[in-house]
Amino acid sequence: MKIHQGRVWKFGDDVDTDLIVPGRFLILEPSEIAQHVMEGIRPGFAELVEEGDIVVAGDNFGSGSSREVAPRALRAVGIVAVVAKSFSRIFFRNAVNLGLAPVACPDADVIEEGQSIRIDFDLGEVEIVETGMRLKAGSLPPEVAAIMEAGGMVEFLKSRVSGSPL
Amino acid sequence: MGMTLAEKIIARGAGLSEVSPDEIHWVDVDLAMIQDSGGPRRIWPMLDELGVGIWDPDRVVLVADHYVPAQDVNAALILQTTRSFASRFGVDNFYEAEGISHTLLVEKGYLRPGMLYVGGDSHTCTGGVMGCLALGMGSTDLLGVLATGRTWLRVPHTVRVDVAGFLEKGVTAKDLMLTMIGERGMAGAIYRVLEFTGSGVAAMSIDERSVLTNMCAEIGAKTGVIAADEVTINHLQDLGVEVDEGPSSDRDAQFLDTWRYDASNIVPVIARPHRHDDVLPAADLVNTPIGRAYIGACTGAKYEDLAMAAEVLAGRRVASGVLLQVAPASAGALARAMADGTAQILVESGAQLLSTGCGACPGIGSGVLGPGEVCISTTSRNAQGRMGSPESKVYLGSAYAVAAAAVAGEIVDPLTVMGVPA
Repeated sequence: MKIHQGRVWKFGDDVDTDLIVPGRFLILEPSEIAQHVMEGIRPGFAELVEEGDIVVAGDNFGSGSSREVAPRALRAVGIVAVVAKSFSRIFFRNAVNLGLAPVACPDADVIEEGQSIRIDFDLGEVEIVETGMRLKAGSLPPEVAAIMEAGGMVEFLKSRVSGSPL
Repeated sequence: MGMTLAEKIIARGAGLSEVSPDEIHWVDVDLAMIQDSGGPRRIWPMLDELGVGIWDPDRVVLVADHYVPAQDVNAALILQTTRSFASRFGVDNFYEAEGISHTLLVEKGYLRPGMLYVGGDSHTCTGGVMGCLALGMGSTDLLGVLATGRTWLRVPHTVRVDVAGFLEKGVTAKDLMLTMIGERGMAGAIYRVLEFTGSGVAAMSIDERSVLTNMCAEIGAKTGVIAADEVTINHLQDLGVEVDEGPSSDRDAQFLDTWRYDASNIVPVIARPHRHDDVLPAADLVNTPIGRAYIGACTGAKYEDLAMAAEVLAGRRVASGVLLQVAPASAGALARAMADGTAQILVESGAQLLSTGCGACPGIGSGVLGPGEVCISTTSRNAQGRMGSPESKVYLGSAYAVAAAAVAGEIVDPLTVMGVPA
């Protein structure tokens, strides 16, 4: 995934994993959990999202609990990337491990709900399609990009555990 | 150039003589913890997919603390999977319903100065109280650790938090952390390690110090750490564990910043719903009625929290219309509270004793909140819906503040209930 274009769902700062997937749903299987993703702060989100859509948010996205079902549920309903001003580090790692692209973009505030954005992962750039505005974004360091490019941690490990040590 | 405590631990894990902030290194892990919610039920299928076992079962601790005791058949199934995992993979360090992992691993002496420790829970940072680098992760990260004994880390910048002076009577480490988070916000230490130093920290017990490291999760920090000192070494010696003092930051280590606090200026504070960085002095929130008071979680139900509550509740009764629930953070904390009469005081005041475990804090166990319920809690988070219904409200405070509110039926300054002169 060198370049991806998709529709934006906009959220604010400090979107806690308790808001992405509340604890009361953790007892369920991941496929059932996904139906409730974001419902507390955006009712009906799971049905509204289409494959390829993008979440855009402010600072500290995915703070709080380490629950991996948060990024898993976002990916399951069709979100392929989260563009945020900054990420909570556990969410960032979980996203990479599951193949959900975390894109750090300090100017993400200017992106609006419903716009289309085009993410160039290699260049580290986010372009707002409607306005042509280009925003600088971070790209993953090579050690981390290797996990993302493998398709996530499980695939990455498959290529490593039988071969050379990590 | 000198290194910080966190840098030294990462350098050792990476087999390097020195590391610098923002570098990424693959490191050897000394100890890994997994719990019943994100652990075996999520990781086992992936281990099978890879066709591998655990790199070193003796370096793994498995704790069932989220779904204990089982409240329905699904929870019972999760616990069965957890037990089966322990026997299938030879994880002998397995505890069910003996306590919350973060409290238990300190209490049992698993965490030692200088260790590189990872755990499948965001409050793993609590472990930094023992002078180790304690890092929270998700299930698939833990899969990688269990399969290989290794993980990648970005070397963090360290901020020194220097706490001078001493906390006044009725004021706690919880008040200090909520004050800090209120000033600096939920992302106030994002990607940073907070290293706590100073007389105010040195004077604290392990229970109180562990609130400092525990709530690093609430200020966005990568983790918190307190270099081992006499208190740390004595704690381990009491458990029969002989260790050296372990690493500490060099005098010429590069700290990104130093935050200075005078502990004697801290007052009892409360975080308002639904943000744990929306913090006010308890005195400014008087006349806020509450129906539920909850003393629980790794943050707020260790032995000393139970003792604080008992100090307020001795000879008093929980107000009519208020339900005070106490879920001790570990069986060890409960045993101590029973041995010295603390538990008796709690129960006689009208408190309901719940089983040990994460309980209602993550909205999973006994005592979750229904729509419209207003709770004051010793836990660490109050995001909307965290403890149950999205229409419930949670205020956060110390065990003193929660016990005082339970007696008054509304938020009060605990110092006034305790008769501490202003």
